[in-house]
Amino acid sequence: MALPVAFFAVFFAWPVAAIVARGLRTDGRWHLGRIVDVVTQSDIRHVLWFTTWQALASTALTLLIALPGAYVFARFDFPGRQVLRAVVTVPFVLPTVVVGTAFLALVGRGGLLDELWGVRLDTTVWAILLAHVFFNYAVVVRTVGGLWGQLDPRQEEAARMLGASRLRAWRTVTLPALGPAVAAAALMVFLFTFTSFGVVQILGGPTFSTLEVEIYRQTSEIFDLSTAAVLTIVQFVAVGAILAVHAWTVRRRESALRLVDAGGTARRPRGAGQWALLAGVLATVAVLLLLPLAVLVQRSLGGSDFGYYRALTRDDDTFLVPPIEAIGNSLQYALAATAIALVIGALAAAALARRDAGRLVRGFDALLMLPLGVSAVTVGFGFLIALDRPPLDLRSSWILVPLAQALVGAPFVVRTMLPVLRAVDARLREAAAVLGASPWRVWREVDLPLVRRALLVAAGFAFAVSLGEFGATVFIARPDNPTLPVAVARLLGRPGDLNYGQAMALSTILMAVCAVALLVLERLRTDRSGEF
Amino acid sequence: MLLSLEDATVRFGGRAVLDAVGLDVAEHEVVCVLGPSGSGKSTLLRVVAGLQELGAGRVLLDGREQSGVPAHRRGVGLMFQDHQLFPQRDVGGNVAFGLRMHGASKAEQGARVRELLELVGLPGAAGRAVASLSGGEQQRVALARALAPRPRLLMLDEPLGQLDRSLRERLVVELRELFGRLGTTVLAVTHDQGEAFALADRVVVMRDGRIAQSGTPLEVWQRPANEFVARFLGFDNVVEGTVAGAAADTPWGKVPVPEDAPQGTHALLVRPAGVRLVPADEGLRCTVAARTFKGTHVAVHLQPPKAPRLEAACALREAPEVGDTVGVEFDAAEIVVLN
Repeated sequence: MALPVAFFAVFFAWPVAAIVARGLRTDGRWHLGRIVDVVTQSDIRHVLWFTTWQALASTALTLLIALPGAYVFARFDFPGRQVLRAVVTVPFVLPTVVVGTAFLALVGRGGLLDELWGVRLDTTVWAILLAHVFFNYAVVVRTVGGLWGQLDPRQEEAARMLGASRLRAWRTVTLPALGPAVAAAALMVFLFTFTSFGVVQILGGPTFSTLEVEIYRQTSEIFDLSTAAVLTIVQFVAVGAILAVHAWTVRRRESALRLVDAGGTARRPRGAGQWALLAGVLATVAVLLLLPLAVLVQRSLGGSDFGYYRALTRDDDTFLVPPIEAIGNSLQYALAATAIALVIGALAAAALARRDAGRLVRGFDALLMLPLGVSAVTVGFGFLIALDRPPLDLRSSWILVPLAQALVGAPFVVRTMLPVLRAVDARLREAAAVLGASPWRVWREVDLPLVRRALLVAAGFAFAVSLGEFGATVFIARPDNPTLPVAVARLLGRPGDLNYGQAMALSTILMAVCAVALLVLERLRTDRSGEF
Repeated sequence: MLLSLEDATVRFGGRAVLDAVGLDVAEHEVVCVLGPSGSGKSTLLRVVAGLQELGAGRVLLDGREQSGVPAHRRGVGLMFQDHQLFPQRDVGGNVAFGLRMHGASKAEQGARVRELLELVGLPGAAGRAVASLSGGEQQRVALARALAPRPRLLMLDEPLGQLDRSLRERLVVELRELFGRLGTTVLAVTHDQGEAFALADRVVVMRDGRIAQSGTPLEVWQRPANEFVARFLGFDNVVEGTVAGAAADTPWGKVPVPEDAPQGTHALLVRPAGVRLVPADEGLRCTVAARTFKGTHVAVHLQPPKAPRLEAACALREAPEVGDTVGVEFDAAEIVVLN
């Protein structure tokens, strides 16, 4: 418990405190009245309102579209299921900038739909909502579907034998069991969309702006640090409130579930209804998730003979190194970040899962999620101004980037592992204790084997998030060591077809790296889970 | 004493789950705690194992106070009610678990696992998956796992609870034999009196977190300490009566009592064997309300006029039909005046 707390104190609380102080404190005095001044401005009120309702709408839309997907991937066995599961996760790990651009290429001016039917959505909020669904589909499928596949189907059968209809059995048995996972997924989606940055910046144009975009604008365009700080505080409070409510609901519904091997619960669809459901989900995946990726790849292949790709290996005046080196940087950073996130996240999850965990420890649960809710831009900027002088001067250290990425990745690890850890029967641990296992041994011998699957999933998430992390990294990555998303953004920021094409090519490479990593992970999962 | 509990008290909320319980278990003794669900018997085991903290009182093992000693250092074994085998390990891995925790070498582990699986009648099962075991086999593996680290005290929580009857009766004999042979000190809890009586040297009956009676199976069976124990043991012929001399005045009329019976108003237990059927014009007149076949005898439920029902044990051939009218007389030797 001490290690995660220290980690978050030094690398999260301190930088945030530093930026808040930088913003609200001038001439040695606090100016708290500024908070009121800022939020009562009509344009800021407009931003607050838009941020909230687009996040709610995105969350509802994502759940609506992705829950059937979670069911299909959890309970139906069909050819290509494993591959498709990995494929739907790819959008989640793409840099937000690329997602925005891919949708622009799909529904924007001169985009695919415009070319075919003259339909344009880039001036409407629909483009943002669809991009958010694209982005968060995997969150629901992974979080909810992962648990769904492990629920014992006999529980539902028992309810049906007691006279419940198929729907009723699902509603009264499966739904409550899934409740915490659905709530966790909804919370994640809400947080991501509430703090959405790259997508909104590209697709929102001047009309639509979220808090995050506004903070970035105030910080890097207007250089109005104190307004940015006030907005950060507002976001902090809003996110804190949501997380507190969430922690409360999860605690109320905490229950030990009967988990079984996910491999045994999936079966071939039966009957027209189930085949239709499967077809519907596959069609949704194709149109919503694969089409934008396909457009992305198609654009990267523009020009002749992989021209954009070959251009990547040449020295470039934007970078001090060929853009292609960003791949190696990204992989190294992501591996380090994953390791840090796993250690910190697993320790925190183990402490939180204890049934006798005190109020203080459970409060930490909500705190852990804050790095997700707080703007990544703030984290990156906070790192820059807080960790640049003794006692902790990491400005020139390579570890700075993995640390920031781990900060964003660790909550994923906790979120993924906590439901499974909590579902481990406490008496199994007691059985081990009575046989002579110390608390640490109990965790290693009982919990770890049971949660290994969840741990691998968590590792995959942390790795993917690190690879795609943009908001914080853009502030702290050194110019001669750019990561893939940073390189993409820099290329996109420059005019000309070649730069645009190179950005698309680099994005395609990032997508491929993520896809390969996730496919390896999926294989690992099935091999290991064969044991039990 | 190997195990001593002194005034052990545990409260959940305001309710005392264990209420100043005192209990001693000597070395090589097999003690069975018997009680209905909610009587606190599982909590008793958890307190001894170190899985539940005491609100007040002390637990001593080998005379040493155990407060502050965590579960994994107490050197006691606990077999859980539903076994709690580790699903991700095979049978051998489960049995070897405690040995590994105590730092036994691979060779030692292998030998001990073989020995124990042999002992519980599952030779060669080490490589089997836990999920492939039947209920009885799981029970045996759980027993082997608990015995493997040679605990000074073995505790069993409803050891045979989920098994079917014939298997239970066979296993209870095997367990008794095994514990006798190994000289294991055992503290078991169960709600099944048959199991308790068959297994234990000494039976402790619990009620609402307190000990209602303690004694050998024979003592408890012959002289239940009070109405609760009598009813829990399945005796329903309990009424209030006023003892005067060698007879008691009860709703069933005058009933003879043993010579040394305490005088005054007491609860009276009439064992079914002590209810003798006689022709209808003699003794207490009753109507036969129901009869159930019990294998060795027939339980006949009799309804006397304006008095509680009576149960009589009858030989199969002599049992009257439902609706018959019979007379009843009582046998002083089968009557217990309860305190």
